[in-house]
Amino acid sequence: MLRFFLRRFAVAVLVALTVLTLAFMLTRLSGDLAISIAGPNATAEDVETIRRVYGLDRPVWVQYFDWLGRAVQGDFGESYFFRDRVANLIGARMPVTLTLGLVGLVIALVVSLPLGILAAVREGSWVDRAVALFAMIGQAMPSFWLGLVLMIVFGLQLGWLPISGVETWEGFVLPGVVLAFSAIPSLTRLTRSGMIEALSSDYIRTARAKGLSRLSILVKHGFRNAAIPVVSIAAVQLGFMLGGSVVIETVFALHGVGFLAWESISKNDFPVVQAVVLVLALIYIALTLLADLLNAVLDPRLRTA
Amino acid sequence: MPMTRGGRLLRNPGFVVGAAIVAFTTIVAILAPWIVPYDPFAIDLQRRLVPPSFMEGGDPRNFLGTDQLGRDYLSRLIYGARISMVIGVLTVITSGLIGITLGVLGGFYGGKIDDFVVFCITTRLSIPAVLVALAVAALRGSSFMLVVLVLGLLLWDRFAVVARSTTMQIRNLDYVAAAWCAGVSRWWVLTREVLPNIATHLAVVATLEMALAILLEAALSFLGLGVPPPLPSWGLMISEAKEYMFFEAWVIIIPGAALFILVLGVNLLGDALRDMMGTDLSR
Repeated sequence: MLRFFLRRFAVAVLVALTVLTLAFMLTRLSGDLAISIAGPNATAEDVETIRRVYGLDRPVWVQYFDWLGRAVQGDFGESYFFRDRVANLIGARMPVTLTLGLVGLVIALVVSLPLGILAAVREGSWVDRAVALFAMIGQAMPSFWLGLVLMIVFGLQLGWLPISGVETWEGFVLPGVVLAFSAIPSLTRLTRSGMIEALSSDYIRTARAKGLSRLSILVKHGFRNAAIPVVSIAAVQLGFMLGGSVVIETVFALHGVGFLAWESISKNDFPVVQAVVLVLALIYIALTLLADLLNAVLDPRLRTA
Repeated sequence: MPMTRGGRLLRNPGFVVGAAIVAFTTIVAILAPWIVPYDPFAIDLQRRLVPPSFMEGGDPRNFLGTDQLGRDYLSRLIYGARISMVIGVLTVITSGLIGITLGVLGGFYGGKIDDFVVFCITTRLSIPAVLVALAVAALRGSSFMLVVLVLGLLLWDRFAVVARSTTMQIRNLDYVAAAWCAGVSRWWVLTREVLPNIATHLAVVATLEMALAILLEAALSFLGLGVPPPLPSWGLMISEAKEYMFFEAWVIIIPGAALFILVLGVNLLGDALRDMMGTDLSR
């Protein structure tokens, strides 16, 4: 067990270091970073000054280790545009993104768990097919477009919910629903297949033979076993949803980390972009690590893997 | 009487609908220059935001109306199909080459090579794809080929996962062993024994990835960092029409619906293929 944990942890650290390196390389893609920062109207002297001030005149590997050394301590430098520490900027915006991610995940679970169970119980019936079609539709829905359509319907025509911003909790409803749609298809299918597997197992037959009620069999015996993979996939999905929040935050003008990244991308504010990519990647790595460990605790068969 | 695979496919409504959508879009995309009623780039500021001909105030000259610059919406939509299809196909080819190579090598050789492949997959999955694609497009200046390249370099993970696991399943089967005994080269075993036998699984992944690539291209273009204007990408059309959507909802409904239907069609096709094989790759 301990060996499994350590091995898994070492891999996570290695992945994190690779992502750090990739994030550094990402900003060097432009060729000359100083020219990009200076903008189109800068003179050659401006570019020279910027190169000196930001330390871009040093050899690349010196810059890399300097950046790496600071980044592992949580110091991502200073934003070129906001004139603030990048860590502060991200810290201030993170609550919005995390709230959005959690709201999205909760909505996704509330929709997909009952649908998946229903489809499994009625396997092969029209209910099962309808759920499959729903998952298919969710998978094909362009999230940014769904967001705009919901804004028109619920924000403008019905006037029930705000169109943008999160001054009140209602502001999280529409973006949360849109974000949930990215996780609903896979969570529904997974719940369904897990339930079908659980319901066809011997312990369910035993429970039926004992004369337990249908609901008790479904919930206590069926769902508890089907939930194991769902829990871990839900954690991974949360990571994906945070990564995908850039589109939804931009559509709804929510000032979270994704919106910050989008703003910074359009302003050539690379330290911020780099840091957001990194932070989202690290959250994802932590969540998958957590999911794996959770799986191993819940299901001892996986520990040797 | 046992039904053939083809016969079973044709009785699957999902397959028929999906195939019809994809075939129709492909034909429209190929024939675009010959079937458009107007030049999709021709601006007519006198006739801006004319509603579709079947709506109130519509003009029979423009079946789907005109956009904010007076360009014919149907013509732009038709050219947009071209962009979506070409990006989808090219991305699948790029990501397929990367993912299948990695996956087959990892699954076939195992050991250290496999550890490395798994590491690549894990690292790739932890990178937020949309954000990185946006950043690269901003740094390098967005263009059609850049979008293909970036999406291709980012979307190979599922190819690698499926190629790896299916290769592992078959590498010790009798026909592979028989090939070894016949004394053929490693290259022969990989390309003539392994690849053909995992091809159907890879075809399913290809449809999933194509759908994803089409959606991501639209999202990137919507955010202004995908296909550059004046190209009529459906995502870009939605983005340009966004300002007017509260007055004229159809300006975003039309390109969005086209996008949704195409992606649904590609997914239905993939789902039918998966059903045919009786395997579940949805995870």
